[in-house]
Amino acid sequence: MSTLLRLSGVTAFYGAIQALKGVDLEVNEGEIVTLIGANGAGKSTLMMTICGTPRARHGAIVYDGQDITQLPTYQIMRRGLAQSPEGRRIFPRMTVHENLLMGAHGHASGMVGETIEQVFALFPRLKERQAQRGGTLSGGEQQMLAIGRALMSRPRLLLLDEPSLGLAPLVVRQIFGAIRDLNRSTGLTVLLVEQNAFQALRLAHRGYVLVNGAITMAGGGAELLARPEIRAAYLEGGH
Amino acid sequence: MKLASALRDAALSALVAFGLFVALIGLHLVPTDSGLILVGRPWALVLIVAAVFVGRLAMLLWLHVRPAGTATPRRLAAGMTRAGRYVAPVFLVLALTLPLYGGRYMLDTGILVLTYVMLGWGLTIVVGLAGLLDLGYVAFYAVGAYSYALLSTTWHLGFWTTLPVAGLLAALWGIMLGFPVLRLRGDYLAIVTLAFGEIIRVVLINWTSLTNGSNGITDIPRPTLFGLKFNASGDPDSFAGFFHLDYSITQRFVFLYYVILALALLTNWVSLRLRRLPLGRAWEALREDEIACRSLGINVTTTKLTAFAIGAMFGGFAGAFFATRQGFISPESFNFMESALVLSIVVLGGLGSQLGVALAALVMIGGTELFRDFAEYRMLIFGLALVVMMVLRPRGLVAGRTPSIALGTRREIAAELVAEGRG
Ligand SMILES: Nc1ncnc2c1ncn2[C@@H]1O[C@H](COP(=O)(O)OP(=O)(O)OP(=O)(O)O)[C@@H](O)[C@H]1O
Ligand SMILES: [Mg+2]
Repeated sequence: MSTLLRLSGVTAFYGAIQALKGVDLEVNEGEIVTLIGANGAGKSTLMMTICGTPRARHGAIVYDGQDITQLPTYQIMRRGLAQSPEGRRIFPRMTVHENLLMGAHGHASGMVGETIEQVFALFPRLKERQAQRGGTLSGGEQQMLAIGRALMSRPRLLLLDEPSLGLAPLVVRQIFGAIRDLNRSTGLTVLLVEQNAFQALRLAHRGYVLVNGAITMAGGGAELLARPEIRAAYLEGGH
Repeated sequence: MKLASALRDAALSALVAFGLFVALIGLHLVPTDSGLILVGRPWALVLIVAAVFVGRLAMLLWLHVRPAGTATPRRLAAGMTRAGRYVAPVFLVLALTLPLYGGRYMLDTGILVLTYVMLGWGLTIVVGLAGLLDLGYVAFYAVGAYSYALLSTTWHLGFWTTLPVAGLLAALWGIMLGFPVLRLRGDYLAIVTLAFGEIIRVVLINWTSLTNGSNGITDIPRPTLFGLKFNASGDPDSFAGFFHLDYSITQRFVFLYYVILALALLTNWVSLRLRRLPLGRAWEALREDEIACRSLGINVTTTKLTAFAIGAMFGGFAGAFFATRQGFISPESFNFMESALVLSIVVLGGLGSQLGVALAALVMIGGTELFRDFAEYRMLIFGLALVVMMVLRPRGLVAGRTPSIALGTRREIAAELVAEGRG
């Protein structure tokens, strides 16, 4: 397995506040890797730093063998990364179809029709609602749209920030199922940030635990699930 | 029961109106030979206070008898959007045939209205589509006007050769404004653009060697039709002489009218085209959520700058037209009031609705022309109209957003639903 994304010693700051304190992390081609941690640990910051805002102050981010640490965001996103950001951030006044088209922005237009059909095959709900305004979708549908929109650029690496946020267990299962299917059928590599540690670790091949801007634990998904300190800190009562 | 409280409320409103207008309207300064004297206008005051009382009472009673629920405005909105499909072609035909039925005064007003329609459509790109609140749009209008005025009076370049140059120069200034404000949004952006508009005007006043300061530039050449001038000389290179017609000044007005109509329609066509292109969709996305745009790999910098540049370009075109129509320009034509006027047209029109902007320009510019005799109260009527609009239709005359790409049946998104979104 080759390494698709490697972070070494990455730090990031918001003004004087240090949000990442030297993060080392690797994602191999074809893997689902999950990043778990408490509120404010820096998970979203890590995802955003990979995309270049905020920019990493120290360390290096290497994607597909190339150093992308200093590239502007829009160039990073053209190299086969896509992100479904925290809080979904779909365009509320645009239709589902238009939202999806935004995901293909700046990419060759030849494949757009075909890619949309693939997204619709993955989330049939979106097809039914393609003429509906994004802001009027339910939470679960919005999350599907956010993932679908990210898939529109036909990425090799998908960054998902808390896709289960605020969703009913049934919908969470549906979305995690879609991620698993994508990974199995197309070999899509996924870096998944989750609060829902139990489900995320069951889905992922490997996992990292982020505490206060630094990685404190890493290992296979099942292996982390079995550790008592993980159970105590992240799985208390929350299945 | 209800009537008593409504009466009390209306009386209170009348009292407030009295307090407000007792000095504003009730007292009037009249200049005489021996200086200013103060005269009372009790009847005007009584009239206003009575109007407020009756108006408030009528509004309260209407609210009371109206069937419950929000059904009325929603049906109204749907009706208006449906009507919009027929209104636009009708207006287009009316506009195209205006010279057939309108006299010179109508033509002149039409030219003025169309100038503002064009400015409104240009600003809609920046404010309506890209969501960048620009309070200094008049700066680009000024740049276009001065570009044409200076190029034509110093180098004797014609209107049609200078028009693209004026547009380009304005676009360039649009980018110059765009760079420093890339990171700003909302109020901060509005303040900087406002200052930008004022700076341009102050420079125009003080750079006397180039712009002739506040005296302005006179004798700006009129536009020609394929080289044919509009004058009474009867020469073969004049319109009347070439076609062996009797000269009439109306010919020039008709020509100017069609020039601005064509320019305005061009603006409309370009913005409608752009909306369907990835660039236009990126503008709309930017208005909705900048962070999402970044995460999708949209180059936010160039997207914003192109919005400023293209919006400014149309402002520049309109400015060049203004200069050639007037034959005279001075910095005073480009004060903040103009920016405010164009912005109100865009806002009244419903932020992004092409038809709405045209209607708003017609109401605001044509309306104030109509009420010429009440010139004193123009701003009052103007402000009142804005307030009434914001109460009755807070999302503009023709609110609602048509999807830029239709799937099967095109569905209009009603204004009332838009209010629920995050946008
Ligand atoms: N734009 C910002 N400006 C300043 N500080 C920020 C900003 N964004 C995040 N932070 C701070 O950085 C730290 C990490 O935030 P981050 O959003 O990465 O946490 P998280 O792990 O994603 O948390 P959650 O699980 O709640 O989403 C927090 O202390 C937060 O307050
Ligand atoms: Mg987060």
